[in-house]
Amino acid sequence: MAKVTIDGHTIEVPDGTTILQAARMLVDKNPEVDAKIAPPTMCYYSKLKTSGGYCRTCIVKVTKGSEKDPRPMPKPVASCRTNVMDGMEVVNITSPELLEARKGVVEFLLINHPLDCPICDQAGECHLQDLGYEHGLAKTRYDFSRRTFAQIDIGPYIKLHMTRCIMCFRCIKVADQITNNRFQGMLFRGDASEISTYIEKAIDNDFSGNVIDVCPVGALTDRTWRFKSRVWFTKPMDAHRNCTKCSGKVAIWMKGNEVLRVTSRKDQWGEAIDWICNDCRFEKKDAKDWVIEKPSHISRHSVISQNHYENLAQLKLDIGKQQKQIASKK
Amino acid sequence: MAQVEIKFNEETLALVHKMIKRYPEGKHKSALLPILHIAQAEFGGWLSPETMDYVASVLNIKPIEVYEVASFYSMYNLKPVGKCLLEVCRTSSCWTRGAEDVVKHLEKKLGIKEGETTKDGMFTIKTVECLGSCGTAPLLQCGASYHENLTLEKVDKLLEDYRAAGKRRSYTDMDYKNTL
Amino acid sequence: MGKKLLIHNDKVPGIATLEVYRQHGGYASVEKALKTMTPPEVLEEVKKSGLRGRGGAGFPTGMKWSFLARPEGVERYLVCNADESEPGTFKDRYLMEVIPHLLIEGMITSSYALGAKTSYIYIRGEYFYVARILEKALDEAYAAGLLGKNILGSDFSHDCYVQVGGGAYICGEETALLESLEGKRGNPRIKPPFPAIAGVWGCPTVVNNVETIATVCPIIMMGGDEYAKIGIGRSTGTKLISASGHINKPGVYEIELGLPVEEFIYSEEYCGGIINGRKLKAVVAGGSSVPILPAELILKNDKGEPRLMSYESLSEGGFATGTMLGSGGFIVYDETTSIVKNLYTFARFYHHESCGQCSPCREGTGWMEKILHRIVEGHGKPSDIDLLWDIQRKIEGNTICPLGDAAAWPVASAIRHFRAEFEEYINHPEKIKDVKHYYSVHQLAGA
Repeated sequence: MAKVTIDGHTIEVPDGTTILQAARMLVDKNPEVDAKIAPPTMCYYSKLKTSGGYCRTCIVKVTKGSEKDPRPMPKPVASCRTNVMDGMEVVNITSPELLEARKGVVEFLLINHPLDCPICDQAGECHLQDLGYEHGLAKTRYDFSRRTFAQIDIGPYIKLHMTRCIMCFRCIKVADQITNNRFQGMLFRGDASEISTYIEKAIDNDFSGNVIDVCPVGALTDRTWRFKSRVWFTKPMDAHRNCTKCSGKVAIWMKGNEVLRVTSRKDQWGEAIDWICNDCRFEKKDAKDWVIEKPSHISRHSVISQNHYENLAQLKLDIGKQQKQIASKK
Repeated sequence: MAQVEIKFNEETLALVHKMIKRYPEGKHKSALLPILHIAQAEFGGWLSPETMDYVASVLNIKPIEVYEVASFYSMYNLKPVGKCLLEVCRTSSCWTRGAEDVVKHLEKKLGIKEGETTKDGMFTIKTVECLGSCGTAPLLQCGASYHENLTLEKVDKLLEDYRAAGKRRSYTDMDYKNTL
Repeated sequence: MGKKLLIHNDKVPGIATLEVYRQHGGYASVEKALKTMTPPEVLEEVKKSGLRGRGGAGFPTGMKWSFLARPEGVERYLVCNADESEPGTFKDRYLMEVIPHLLIEGMITSSYALGAKTSYIYIRGEYFYVARILEKALDEAYAAGLLGKNILGSDFSHDCYVQVGGGAYICGEETALLESLEGKRGNPRIKPPFPAIAGVWGCPTVVNNVETIATVCPIIMMGGDEYAKIGIGRSTGTKLISASGHINKPGVYEIELGLPVEEFIYSEEYCGGIINGRKLKAVVAGGSSVPILPAELILKNDKGEPRLMSYESLSEGGFATGTMLGSGGFIVYDETTSIVKNLYTFARFYHHESCGQCSPCREGTGWMEKILHRIVEGHGKPSDIDLLWDIQRKIEGNTICPLGDAAAWPVASAIRHFRAEFEEYINHPEKIKDVKHYYSVHQLAGA
């Protein structure tokens, strides 16, 4: 076990835990701790091996290396890829210097991002939007033309809008680790890099749709949901069905009685709880396909969590049930 | 141009298999970079998707793994180039000794811009970053050969010689010239 | 004459062949090490020599070797970093091309110390012909029983191979090099683990620069203690310096560390002074990444003492007034040079070479290049200088590998020492119009 202190809060965690995981544990276990001491992440994904380290948004300062070697680390480190040591002391939101460095990272992520949020399907649940809101500058200092790419349809279900990509590598890791045949990858180099299939091959795999869920921005979107609605006009419900390929436990996003899209359920850090199959995701758009459990618990990352969506939706669901019961009694 | 058949001959295949043996069992992917150089030299000076797919099949890896690598490194051409790819270094040391003039001279002489290929398919001009010849700047690389301490007269002579020989130059050439 | 240990025989005809190389004492360190020393004894000599990595970072080689993990039943590897790509640096190419056997000798002796059965020389793809020279030398060494099974009748067997790269500066970063050696994109790995624990194919690996490995030969022959007497302070031994730019005699020079910078630039033995008797304006002392210094700060430090060619002396004064020895890529600029335009060539370089993995470097290097291009073209804005400063500051220290720092330092130092020149470009674009920003040595365009 190792004792680590992050922004003045101490927690004991198993050896091999990263600083980021320790910070998340601190937040999970202590409701009184400010959730912001868990650094924001754009590329790390706990369920994907070797993810993280690229975007640099989760950088923190290690002011004391360990009990054994108390020297501070000379440079900020990626908290998602740095293991805790016993006695380590870390500063995140209590260091103005670190927040300034993070602001720089956010600016770098935004200079080539198209900021086409008004027409982006990810708007409202985009991690880059949140990050920009919390750490960004109000004005851009970048006055050159932004990098653009043509849109690509990767098969019938997935749209690649490379212009929006921030190169988090998550989709490549999904393709590598979750599906059994990887077609897409990172091509070219530097700021000309792009996620591509090179010769636009369709991604043909039962679990390929999960690349959409892991994408932190609107670079990979669901073609069956494209421009159907803004996310905040839909109501996500936890639902399930018997599926032979996956757990069948999903979130369905409804407008009235219509199922507009199906996604995996997300935990409070915005990560998929279960990978779901393409059948569930793309082919089951009838409410009758699903057993609705309850309104989804929506993470702080979504605009839907405003206005107490969850409570109101549960209330509506309960009223609906009562009315049905009354109707059946009659 | 006649269609080149995308298939290594026996001799090259033997070389490829010898290369693979340089690495531990199962680590054959390590041979990818050198084999791409050979493929580029043999199949028309560039790596077409067909060539890359072929290399993937030879090494028994996924095509995307080849695309990822071929597109990362600057020496692999993903588009056709002239028989002589004239690569002029333009970084600091070469710049201080007139690399820009070499490029301008080439452009004037060949009637093309940097990045373009002459109509006869003989020459392509490309500006590149530091080639490690700073002490003998300015320089131009063509295939395996380094042409150093360039003057405009030397450049003219070089173009004449290359045109007269008329053959494609590759990094893998054995008849390289260097002036160090 | 300063002491020479590496390239003292570079003018001997035929020194690239095994026969002539052996006539001049070649492979003596292999004989000595394999026949009279144990591997830990070889390592101990390297430790005692105080040898520091000659690739740029200057990390003590003996210490690096002692970090190598030695789990039972797991192969260990030595990988030679011959991906020399730092602008201004060409010493490794010279060494490999002229005396290829010196590197191979060093590879065998070092591998013996490390217990590596296999080693690889990863050479940048552009040096394809140098790889040919090395392969020829390797064939000779195999034929002479210096490589392969039971070298010189000892228990030690070793194989050494050359691997060519595909054109990427980033592969000079050791973990990117290992990725490339595995046939992948040259993306630096996130550390830890360090190569000494998990390097190529996950096995413990030492990655050393060409010159570092070559230097092991004289160290074994003369002994670590003797080697440590050469040089100055913690900068022991000799160093190959690649001299280029506006000097009379560009080339590779082996110097004894501690040589005064002024002597290096002006003496006939080395650079032979500035071309056409012009005035010295600035120097990049250790490859493009290290801070550029104006003439007064490269010749003397901030205390007015003569600056020496050593790790310590060049870095005296920190980045405020000092620089670094780096790879020994010594680029000299005369009074006609535009520091702004020169910086633009560096910024363009780093933008071109950024691998694209992490955001500050991927986005920041391109941004800096664009701003510098605008300034060079006479369209700079007064706010551009501060913006450049802020961008480099936000790249530095926040990236996966040192390429971010390498891209930031030239920008920071050029602004720090030559701010007025940037202001001139921005405030008086008419003055720079149609002006040649460098002095062409060969009068190339009939100037």
